[in-house]
Amino acid sequence: MTTATAAPAPQKKKMSPRKRAKIIRIIQYTVLALALVAVIAFSDGQQIMRTFFRPDLMQQTIGVGLLNALKNTILYTAGAFVFGLLLGTMLALMKLSQVAPYRWIATVYTEFFRGVPAIIVLLVFSLLPLALPGLRIPLDPYGTVWTALGLVSAAYMSETIRAGIEAVPKGQMEAARSLGMPSGMAMSRIILPQAFRIVTPPLTNELVLLTKDSSLVYVLGLTGEAFELTKYGRDLANTHANVTPLVIAGLSYLIITLPLTFLVRRMEARQKKAK
Amino acid sequence: MSAMTETTQPRRVPTGDREDEIQVYGLHKSFGELEVLKGIDLTVHRGEVVCVIGPSGSGKSTLLRCVNMLEQPTQGQVFIMNEEITDPDADIDRLRTMMGMVFQQFNLFPHLTATENCTIALTRVLKKSSADARRIAQENLAKVGLGDRGDSYPAKLSGGQQQRVAIARALSMDPEMMLFDEPTSALDPELVGDVLSVMRDLANGGMTMMVVTHEMAFARDVADRVIFMDGGVIVEEGPPDEVIGNPKEERTRLFLKRVLDPTHVNAGAEDAAYAERHKAARVHHHQED
Repeated sequence: MTTATAAPAPQKKKMSPRKRAKIIRIIQYTVLALALVAVIAFSDGQQIMRTFFRPDLMQQTIGVGLLNALKNTILYTAGAFVFGLLLGTMLALMKLSQVAPYRWIATVYTEFFRGVPAIIVLLVFSLLPLALPGLRIPLDPYGTVWTALGLVSAAYMSETIRAGIEAVPKGQMEAARSLGMPSGMAMSRIILPQAFRIVTPPLTNELVLLTKDSSLVYVLGLTGEAFELTKYGRDLANTHANVTPLVIAGLSYLIITLPLTFLVRRMEARQKKAK
Repeated sequence: MSAMTETTQPRRVPTGDREDEIQVYGLHKSFGELEVLKGIDLTVHRGEVVCVIGPSGSGKSTLLRCVNMLEQPTQGQVFIMNEEITDPDADIDRLRTMMGMVFQQFNLFPHLTATENCTIALTRVLKKSSADARRIAQENLAKVGLGDRGDSYPAKLSGGQQQRVAIARALSMDPEMMLFDEPTSALDPELVGDVLSVMRDLANGGMTMMVVTHEMAFARDVADRVIFMDGGVIVEEGPPDEVIGNPKEERTRLFLKRVLDPTHVNAGAEDAAYAERHKAARVHHHQED
C-alpha cells in the first residue's frame, strides 16, 4: 500500500515539495500582514477606545467592587468544583460497578446533565425553594450556585474520572488484592490516587470551563455583595451605557484562567516526559 | 509426593494436615468457550518448592491465579492452609495475606516509594503501627539487597530492582507461602540473576513456593518438584532430575527440546503449533476487552 502512494504522479512543473511549502508560507504571511495593515488603516483608534476602553469608566470599574467580584467568581467556581469532583468520583465508581442499576443511574444522570444547558439548571435550582416550601439551600446564594453548577460539572467530570480509573493497569488492582486489601481499600488507596494523577490535566481544563460557567450566575437575582465578575461588569455597563466595565470584567477572568491553562500545559508536558 | 496423582475422584474435604498448605481438587477454568484448565489436582506441602513449566497458553499462570482467586475457578476446590478459598463465604482477603504473589509485570504501586509499597498493606490490612511497618519493610528490602533504596519510587529502579521490591512487598506480609508468576520473564537477561538468587535464598530458607517459570536451570536447581503442564492438564510431574532430566512423556520431551535448544527446532512447525494454541486464546482476549 505504501509503495503505491509513495511514488508520486509525474509532476508537470519541476517544483520540489519543500519549495512549494515555502511559497505557500510566504503567501500566508503576506495575506496576514495585509489584513493587519488594513485593520489599522481603516479603524478609528479613538472610537475603539471610547467604546471598549473609556478611561474614566476603567478607573471606576477597577476597584474594591472588582476585587470582591473576582473573589466571588473564585468562590462560586471552587465550591462547584469540589462538589462536582466528589459527585463525579461517585458517579465514575457507579459506572464501573458490578451492580447494573448503579450503572444505569449514573449513565442516565450523565446524559441528562450533559444534555441540558447549565443556565437552565441554575434557574430551576434557584426556584426550587418555591416548588418545595420548607426547602432551604444553605449558604444562599453560594449553596445554590455550588449545587447547580456542581451537578452539571459532575456529569462531565465523571466521564473523565472513569477514563482515568480505566487507564490504571489491571495489575495494580490485582497486586493490591493479592496483599489482602478489600476492593474498596484497593480502589481508594491504590487505584484512585493513580487515576487522579492521570486526569489532573483534563480536570484542570474542567476547572477553567467552570470558571467561565460561573458567569451564568448573573441570571440569579443577587445582591451587590454576591456579584461575580460578569454581573458586576454588566451592572456597571448598564448604568453607564458603555461596554468598558464588561471588557474589564472579561479580562479579569484571564487572571484566573491563564495560570490554570499554563499549569495544564506544564503537567501534560511532564506526563508526556514520564512516559 | 505423587500421592495426589493417583486420586481419580476429586475430594471435597481438606486433608487437615498442616503440611498440605495448598490443596487443589478437580480445578477447571474456562474463559468463555475456551477451557484453560481441564481438571487439576495438586498439593503443595510446607517448605516445598514447586516449579510449573509448560508452553505458553498451557494454563500454568491461570492455575497460579486460581490458587489465590485472582481468577474465579469454573469448577473445583482450592484449600489454603486447609481452609477452602473457593467457598463463596470464605474470607478471601484474610487467606490472601498468607500468600505472597509476585507478578511478571512487577505491579509495584508507582505512586508509593519502595518502603511505602511494603508498608501500605501492613498498616492498612494487618493494622500494624507505622513504626513496626517501616521496620518490617526495611528488613525485607535489606533481604532482597535493596536496604538503601527504600525512598526510591519504582520508576527510578531497574526492572530487576523493581521485581525484588515486589518480592520484599510480598514478604513483608510474613506469608506462609509465595506464588511467583513468571517473575523473570519481563526482565532484561542481565537482570534475571539477581531476582533468581533472591528466590533461591527464599527457597533455602524453607519458604513454600509455587513458581511458574521458563527458567529451566532454576527449576532444575531449586525445585523439589517440577510440574509440566500442557493443554490445561498436568502432563507429568516429579523431581526435577526426572521431569527435566529424563522426561517420560513425549510432550514434555518436545517442549524441553524447544526450550533448551531452540536453534534445532523446525521453525515452521513451531510457528504452526504456536498459532494453533493461540487461535483460541486470541478469541478469548477479544471477549475480555
